[in-house]
Amino acid sequence: MSISAFDALIAGDQKIEYKDWMPDGYRESLIRQIAQHAHSEIMGMQPEAAWISRAPSLARKAVLIAKVQDEAGHGLYLYAVAETLGARREDLLDALHEGRQKYLSFINYPTLTWADVGALAWLTDGAAVVNQVSLCRTSYGPYARALVRICREESFHHRQGFDLLYTLSQGTPAQRRSLQEAVERWWQPALAMFGPPDSLSTHSASSMAWRIKRATNDELRQRFVDLCVPQAEALGVRLPDPALRWNPERGHHDFTPPDYDELMRVVAGHGPRNKQRLAHRRRAHEEGAWVREAAAAHAAKEAAKQAAAREIDAQEAIAQEVDAVEEEWPLWEVFVRPRRGVGHTHAGSLRAPDAALALHSARDLYTRREEGVSLWVVPSRSMTSSDPEHKDAYFAPAADKQYRHASFFPPPEGVEGL
Amino acid sequence: MTALFDYLLGLGDDALVAAQRTAEWCARAPQLEEEVALANIALDQLGQARAFLTYAGELEGAGRDEDALAFLRDEHEFRNVQLVELPNGDFATTVAKTLLLSAYQNLLYTRLSRAAEPQLAGIAAKAAKESAFHVSYASVWTVRLGDGTPLSHRRMRDAVEEVWPYTHELFEPWAAPEAGLDPAALRGPWLEVVDRVLGEATLARPRDGWAATGGREGRHTEWFGPLLAEMQYVHRAHVGARW
Repeated sequence: MSISAFDALIAGDQKIEYKDWMPDGYRESLIRQIAQHAHSEIMGMQPEAAWISRAPSLARKAVLIAKVQDEAGHGLYLYAVAETLGARREDLLDALHEGRQKYLSFINYPTLTWADVGALAWLTDGAAVVNQVSLCRTSYGPYARALVRICREESFHHRQGFDLLYTLSQGTPAQRRSLQEAVERWWQPALAMFGPPDSLSTHSASSMAWRIKRATNDELRQRFVDLCVPQAEALGVRLPDPALRWNPERGHHDFTPPDYDELMRVVAGHGPRNKQRLAHRRRAHEEGAWVREAAAAHAAKEAAKQAAAREIDAQEAIAQEVDAVEEEWPLWEVFVRPRRGVGHTHAGSLRAPDAALALHSARDLYTRREEGVSLWVVPSRSMTSSDPEHKDAYFAPAADKQYRHASFFPPPEGVEGL
Repeated sequence: MTALFDYLLGLGDDALVAAQRTAEWCARAPQLEEEVALANIALDQLGQARAFLTYAGELEGAGRDEDALAFLRDEHEFRNVQLVELPNGDFATTVAKTLLLSAYQNLLYTRLSRAAEPQLAGIAAKAAKESAFHVSYASVWTVRLGDGTPLSHRRMRDAVEEVWPYTHELFEPWAAPEAGLDPAALRGPWLEVVDRVLGEATLARPRDGWAATGGREGRHTEWFGPLLAEMQYVHRAHVGARW
């Protein structure tokens, strides 16, 4: 494939797929955006996970665990997408841990009360849904498919946040006060999630041209504000912006844009919780190293045993296996049978040291919403795919053989049973 | 009726406290895949707790729902074994706790799913399927840590040693007539499961010695008070509020 073929696909609103040729800039923009998205999912677990142990009802506790779990799952889907572009999860995590790659700034604000858990979900997940619904039409196929799944799950996150707040709004004076205060704390960070204004955004223009992004920061921010105003009324809360009012001429609400200087400060690492969030993430990763190494070592031992049984050179098998797991667990492709009577379809990928753990993870990651009744996992390195370069040689010759289809032979009128 | 109420509290409290501990791993698991897996286990345990406690509240008929039972009882009113209160420690300790608890729960729930009391049997039947997966998850990890690196072997061995004294309580005489089973009878089949996993993990079964006891009568460890304080304080700070 060439630049002209790539441009033609983009212009025709077609998807770019795994292994297709793409300009370096397109690949780099995508990796940057997807990594930032993935980092935001896993960093965003922290301000909410902090409240799981204190959730004031068992039902809310379950919902919050499920939500934080989804965020880990979304991170996994997204890192897997980045891997289709040649990035490695381990490298992306290193970049996060060393501060070379960013995550959404709202995560660096504290969740001070139970109401903050609801306000964070209503506002920042609401903003994420606005952003991601637009991104579902992104030009990179694997990203678009991951986003469809993520959007479906995030709408639950958004809705449960509103539900939590609505319950507080019907509650005691103390509950209503905490609701108002929490919304005041989260309004600005949520508005800032759409990034700098279009006039200042460094990546917007090329991302729009390549159809990685499908709407500008300012368009999405406006859409979000317009959605929030009636919801805030239903909650009986004041959004903390004296300039917020309906503008009949524009057909939109006017509002005060977020403080971009603050956004830039927080992105640069100077928010209230940046240091702690990153330190927490690094600590979890470092403390987990011995577990990951143990699983890799066990997988290598098993591979050696199997090799010995098959009388292959055990040293070579161990070397291969150790190579594969030295830095990171190998990648597996997951196929799910949605219900009896239909075939397994590709759901995504994951990392696991061996087949047993790959099956466990696949079950937790890809079937936790009743998506399947059977699973296959296949090591990615065992898959052979047709080369996009050979697309024409492989598939074009079928195009002029319409006589293979029954519809090529219309039966004479009145003749039935053909 | 009182015996069954107490029994349901025990089943529910085991699951609830286990869920509270398992969920402490959220956002700090050793790998993203384990975030998802541990959260799933916590959700299963929490679901079991809610079912048992809700049923206990209905039986009692005093208007206590799952939240009243979870958030408004004091330490000495909880009927869980001490095993589930133990701090998570490192990943090996959590794996050991999960293996030893879920192997017991799976056998227990499977027996209870055949109990004459239909609601108890129904909850247990669902829980049995969930705990079967927990056994599988914890077994796979016990083997990988036990038969992994020298460091992981040592940690897994220490973890099993540390948790072992708290397993005896699972098999003490304690059951309602409706359950129709003697917990002591579960220890044989439990040891079979545990021995098989420990063997594959190149670990020896610890020797029986000092045995923790008292949880079923409301006597708990020093770790339990802080766990409850954290779990209950928001609910208790707003008397009568809905959430």
